Amino acid sequence: MQKKLKIGWFSFSCSEDSTIVFTELLNDHFSQWSKLIEFQHVRILKKNNTLKGLDVAFVEGAIASTRDAQKLKEIRKNCKRLVAIGSCAVNGMPSAQRNVFDPKQKKEIEFLIKRFHMAKKVRTLAQVVKVDDQVSGCPMNETVFLQIVDKYLKEFKAA
Amino acid sequence: MKNVDISIQNISKIEGHADLEVKVRKNKVEKVHIKFTENKRFFTQAIRKRSIDTLPQSVSRICGTCSIAHLLCCIEAIEKGLGITPSEQTRLLRKLTMYGLIIRDHALHLYLFSLPDVFNKDSVLDFDENQHKYLLDAFALKKAGNLLCTIIAGRAVHAPYPLVGGFAHFPSKEEIKSCVQELTKVRLRLFDALDVYYNAKIDYTRETDFLALARDEFDFLEGDLVSSHGLHIQEKEFPKHLQKVVLPYSQAVGYKFEGDTYMVGALARLNLNKKGLHKNTKKDAQKYLKIFPSNNIFHNNLAQGIEILHAIDHSIEIMESKTFKEEEPIAVIPKACEGVGLIEAPRGALFYRLKMDKTGIILNGDIVVPTQQNQINMELDIKNLVQKHISKLSKEQITYEIEKLIRSYDPCISCASHFLKVNWV
Repeated sequence: MQKKLKIGWFSFSCSEDSTIVFTELLNDHFSQWSKLIEFQHVRILKKNNTLKGLDVAFVEGAIASTRDAQKLKEIRKNCKRLVAIGSCAVNGMPSAQRNVFDPKQKKEIEFLIKRFHMAKKVRTLAQVVKVDDQVSGCPMNETVFLQIVDKYLKEFKAA
Repeated sequence: MKNVDISIQNISKIEGHADLEVKVRKNKVEKVHIKFTENKRFFTQAIRKRSIDTLPQSVSRICGTCSIAHLLCCIEAIEKGLGITPSEQTRLLRKLTMYGLIIRDHALHLYLFSLPDVFNKDSVLDFDENQHKYLLDAFALKKAGNLLCTIIAGRAVHAPYPLVGGFAHFPSKEEIKSCVQELTKVRLRLFDALDVYYNAKIDYTRETDFLALARDEFDFLEGDLVSSHGLHIQEKEFPKHLQKVVLPYSQAVGYKFEGDTYMVGALARLNLNKKGLHKNTKKDAQKYLKIFPSNNIFHNNLAQGIEILHAIDHSIEIMESKTFKEEEPIAVIPKACEGVGLIEAPRGALFYRLKMDKTGIILNGDIVVPTQQNQINMELDIKNLVQKHISKLSKEQITYEIEKLIRSYDPCISCASHFLKVNWV
């Protein structure tokens, strides 16, 4: 039986636009990918997910709390490659817009930052864990994403 | 007598992240808390000092799946404030843009999120050979909705062509022809899923108020607000009837309407305005339409399916009967003003109020999204469901029923958790 590429898809602070683009890419690619890829941890598609032993974790969104950072580190520990997906994951924006708020705006949101234990600054994935690849864009650039999927299918000999 | 604590972390197959906590003591449900756990992105603050030139594309980033709804509602609020009346062609192109969103977004929810619940499967990925056709139907319908968005608005997510005052690009005759063919082809695929939802014996009935835009024609962009309790108001009056409810455990506020909980979304629209559906939809969905009005939240799924059909039928009619020509957007001349936009996003009424200065800079604004409006109603429905089953079903069975109920609402947490507060001015 052919070895499948075990992938996970995760999201943090973002609009999940790249997650939507991912579900749209399934329209054309599912029949091929279902033979080559095991969707091991994809919350948007299933409840019973397994984190351990992922080949590639695709991670959308920026890191806005300690809880998020811990989760991301847990994902990193359980995957061989981690790919930052979309603008928020790659350069923080627009999720990190509160980093550049003026003092008045910062004062207004201060109580919520405390109440929900959010971090003082929103961070990119690379500021928290090692990132092996990235797909920029808001939403992600589909062509680059497909190239990276192909690259890892070959690297993990699933193709 | 049962004491049960139910905790669901990171509910699956919904847009965004939410947890749930339920506390039952001596067979009585004492607490139901839906916690929107996504970290806020504070768009209510971030829109201030932005130019009306860039604001629509910025708020589009509030939500990936509803991005077109945010874009069009923001444009409407700016235009209403500035006194811009869009041309007939612009109105039709916006309608088609919205139909593309409805087809793509509802198909994602109906087939990929909710249908596994009807088949007692975890995921579409687990569908057997008899069910595999639904997956193919889902992809075909989503693709057609995507195509419609792309030829009219440039892209299905964060569409670049819709502008304040008009459009930046216009579809060619070839694109229109090919899109009509595609929509006609996928239309037939929808009926199998409609049958599945029609025949499913899942009941989450509880009486509530429903609220939606309604007019003679079934419309996602224009009309007055109508409620099932008999209220009929203009969109600009909406805030006067809303009450904000702070939910300290959730990263979003909830809302009541006229002091009561209520539901917005496809079920509300079908309950309040099924007579306005396209004639071909009414003819071919006759059997399913008899169900409405309904207080069964599970029928929100069937309502979404019927809306896909309406979106296809009306899109085909528009594209077959109209020709689209190059048209300069109406000039935008800033002035100090306030504008209100209210449209029906896939999940229900979406409201924008924007106050602008004379140079076109946003002074402040409010945004009310559908899932915030449904949150308290959802919690009451969960309470009702748990109370009904607490003596008969296991904790695991009840947990699964709760998840199915939540998915029937099709909540969008990405939208709901990105605002600070609303101060009605």
